[in-house]
Amino acid sequence: MSEDQNFPAAMGHPTAHDVEVEKAAAGDPVADPGLAAHEPRPTDVDPHAEKRAERQIATLFGLSSVCAVLFVISYFVFKVGANPTIIAGLGASNVALGLTLGLALLLIGMGAIQWARKLMSDVEMVEMRHPAASSAEDREAAISSFQAGVKDSGIARRPLIRNSLIGALAFLGLPLIVVLRDLGPLPGNKLAHTVWRKGMRLTNDIAGTPIKPEEVEIGQLINGEPAIFYAKDAQGKPVIEGTELLQAKAKAAIIIVRMKPEDITPLPNRRNWGVSGILCYSKICTHVGCPISLWEQQTHHLLCPCHQSTFDLADNGKVIFGPAGRALPQLPITVDSEGYLVAQSDFHEPVGPSYWERG
Amino acid sequence: MSTATSNGKTAARAPKSDPLAKVATWADERTGLAGLAKKQIRKVFPDHWSFMLGEIALWSFVVLLVTGTLLTLWFKPSMGDVVYNGTYDRLRGVTMSEAYASSLNISFDVRGGLLLRQVHHWAAMLFIASMLVHLMRVYFTGAFRKPRELNWVIGTLLLLLGTLEGFTGYSLPDDLLSGTGIRAADGFIKSVPLVGSYVSFFLFGGEFPGSVIIPRLYAAHILLIPGILLALIGAHMLLLVFHKHTQWPGPGRTNDNVVGYPLLPVYTAKAGGFFFVVFGVTVLMGGLLSLNPVWMYGPYDPSQVTAGSQPDWYMGWPDGALRMMPGWETHLFGFTLSWNVFLPIIVLPGLTFTVLLLLPFLEAWITGDRREHHLLQRPRNNPTRTALMVGLMTMYAVFWISGGNDILAIKLNLDLNYITYFNRVAVFVGPVLAFWITRRWCISLQRADQERLLHGYESGVIMRSPEGAYAEKHVPVSADEAYTLTARDRDEIAELPAASDENGVRNRNAPLQRTRAKASRFWFGKNIQKPTAEELDEAKHHAEVELRVHEDGHQHLMSDGYSGNYELDGQPADGHQFDGRHDTEGDELRKGH
Repeated sequence: MSEDQNFPAAMGHPTAHDVEVEKAAAGDPVADPGLAAHEPRPTDVDPHAEKRAERQIATLFGLSSVCAVLFVISYFVFKVGANPTIIAGLGASNVALGLTLGLALLLIGMGAIQWARKLMSDVEMVEMRHPAASSAEDREAAISSFQAGVKDSGIARRPLIRNSLIGALAFLGLPLIVVLRDLGPLPGNKLAHTVWRKGMRLTNDIAGTPIKPEEVEIGQLINGEPAIFYAKDAQGKPVIEGTELLQAKAKAAIIIVRMKPEDITPLPNRRNWGVSGILCYSKICTHVGCPISLWEQQTHHLLCPCHQSTFDLADNGKVIFGPAGRALPQLPITVDSEGYLVAQSDFHEPVGPSYWERG
Repeated sequence: MSTATSNGKTAARAPKSDPLAKVATWADERTGLAGLAKKQIRKVFPDHWSFMLGEIALWSFVVLLVTGTLLTLWFKPSMGDVVYNGTYDRLRGVTMSEAYASSLNISFDVRGGLLLRQVHHWAAMLFIASMLVHLMRVYFTGAFRKPRELNWVIGTLLLLLGTLEGFTGYSLPDDLLSGTGIRAADGFIKSVPLVGSYVSFFLFGGEFPGSVIIPRLYAAHILLIPGILLALIGAHMLLLVFHKHTQWPGPGRTNDNVVGYPLLPVYTAKAGGFFFVVFGVTVLMGGLLSLNPVWMYGPYDPSQVTAGSQPDWYMGWPDGALRMMPGWETHLFGFTLSWNVFLPIIVLPGLTFTVLLLLPFLEAWITGDRREHHLLQRPRNNPTRTALMVGLMTMYAVFWISGGNDILAIKLNLDLNYITYFNRVAVFVGPVLAFWITRRWCISLQRADQERLLHGYESGVIMRSPEGAYAEKHVPVSADEAYTLTARDRDEIAELPAASDENGVRNRNAPLQRTRAKASRFWFGKNIQKPTAEELDEAKHHAEVELRVHEDGHQHLMSDGYSGNYELDGQPADGHQFDGRHDTEGDELRKGH
């Protein structure tokens, strides 16, 4: 910042002011009438108005203190969490604390602004501007200092040192990148498979009960999961749990629908993928991976609630609307010896959103 | 600051009785800041309501720091399983992540915790909204021009980082809605060619959802991004102080001064008071307006979703682009490229922010203007710039509306598919139409200004001439207004370059210069320029002639004002009865202004 606040012309290089003068010479049609005279406010001339403003402002600050005390009282009086829906669905504690604290803050702000508007001087002040740039001498001095420093270091004269330093710094990038390697494992072909296997039962996702074809009505949609999510090992511990369960769920969730067999138009190789009009599809949208569940019974359309991709489940899960690029993967199913719905195999393609190596 | 005087053996001493002087001397002898402080303590800031928009952003960021710090005292950024055993009945006994359980705990078991959460979230909404509006204010008024281009760049980065900060923040509670958002983000990342699935696996520590994404987002949300935000806000404010604030032109307000009120006390009280206003309003909102009730959504489960899933409003526009995009996907040589995801959600935001960053440099290149500008421009006085921003805003609006296409379809009983088809067209046609209309509109407003300047304003006084003809009297605008209206530069259109110079040497830069000349004609070509002094004089003279009702009679209105012959209500009828220019006797209502 320059030294002299009010004498820009003394700087010895063109100022915004010079430009202004030039412009006026070029024929600015109206001359600057100059700053208007200050007009006093009622509080400047009327002692009563001044006193009144003073009292107003002090009242605002005083009310703020009252609100702060009320906040403390509300904090101890109102029970938290007992019923979050009283008073417009918000909870008495939250409303009381919000109102009292909000007003306590707001009143301080109002008081301070009122103080500035009514009582502090409103005589406009003028400050001169200076060009953002330093003076030409300063800039030259800075550049030559820099050049002198660079020359002293000898970085230009000693390419061996310079280049080996550049090399060393570049190689330092390697540890920096390599250390990030253990952020996570490599994808491998994990995205291509799910936990579905030949003979694994389809279960509903509420209690994990297996499903018989005769329990599914025409037009019905069941949110399903593989039976392994509910399986226990010899010690009674779940076979899959925790993070692993969430990861498996993210890919293996399914929907089971039953349509009239005559409405279904399967691809030639999918004729035996269903059981008397019952078909099973991946629940994971092929767009960006939201679970899909909005089912239109009459049209056999399934709509994704995230970005509205719509799939026709009677027509091999084909995309009929929206941003999804691929049909919903279908899980081939059949019935086991006890008459429960089971998978014939894993999905024949990766489920969920597309990725580069997907093929 | 000169070092010679401050290193003296005897420091300048203020009278002993003044404790403030003692403190100041103590501090200055150790920091030497008085030289800087003497200029800044009474620094002048100009006054205008629109200068407050950026202030809202600044103060809501402070509110975010305060409430965010308090929230960290209770929030547990962990994806470890716990069985919820807190106050909220409906989820008791449910297995959930610690992050979600602690969010419920903050909402239901910590007194004032729900208020904290809601104030934090409302302040975040306000932070981004005010940055957006502030950006538009700066662009529309030309406040980004030299020397303030860097502050424009910093501001744009603040908007980008603020958006990311918002996303990482609302993802932390690990509820069903935010988890769905993270899952969509995973899908976005996977769409990146070549590295997508690797980045996804590294980010999530394996397959989605993994067990590390919440703690990692937490680190970004409370340390990395706010740290950068804080540094950038600091730089933004320092540059603001260094450049001094822009001001609107007016009598006595020129390009080389700044007219306004001093930092101490007026702006200390006004801006400091405004901090309490912003804080107070966000706390009132947190107390009265429910927001993101995570307990209603339940814990995240990758097989579940709620209908009407939507991100926070500021993520709405890329989400809308995503919904609008046709389902294009290319399969080549065993690789998949999902244009349907990659284009709208990775390329489009990147492109948008690049365009935003470049706007000041683009305009400077077209206009060839290298001068410093400290006077603001009215949007109408740069029609193409204004129209460009309105075009961009229209595009944003169409994207944003598209981000709520399902809600629109339900609330307005419209067909979802047709809304989408309409938007696919509107996103291209809308901005062009908006650009064209805005530019014409601005130019019309320039004409109206010109009209007012040259022919005065309509006084509302109808005069009847002795022949019985009626005419409305036009009154010249005040000198102040005339100056304000003309306090703008004349636009300079770049000349088309010559193909070769006088020696016949071919101009190698001709194609670039030609492009620039064309761009400059496009930018300024149809604008109305302010009149020259001669034009203004001639218009005045013309008005005098028109006002001379009877050349041979005795009723004349002279250019130098009222002739004394016309009367209205027993008062001189010079047309100034209603504009407060002078008082009308016996009429207290009209007195003053």
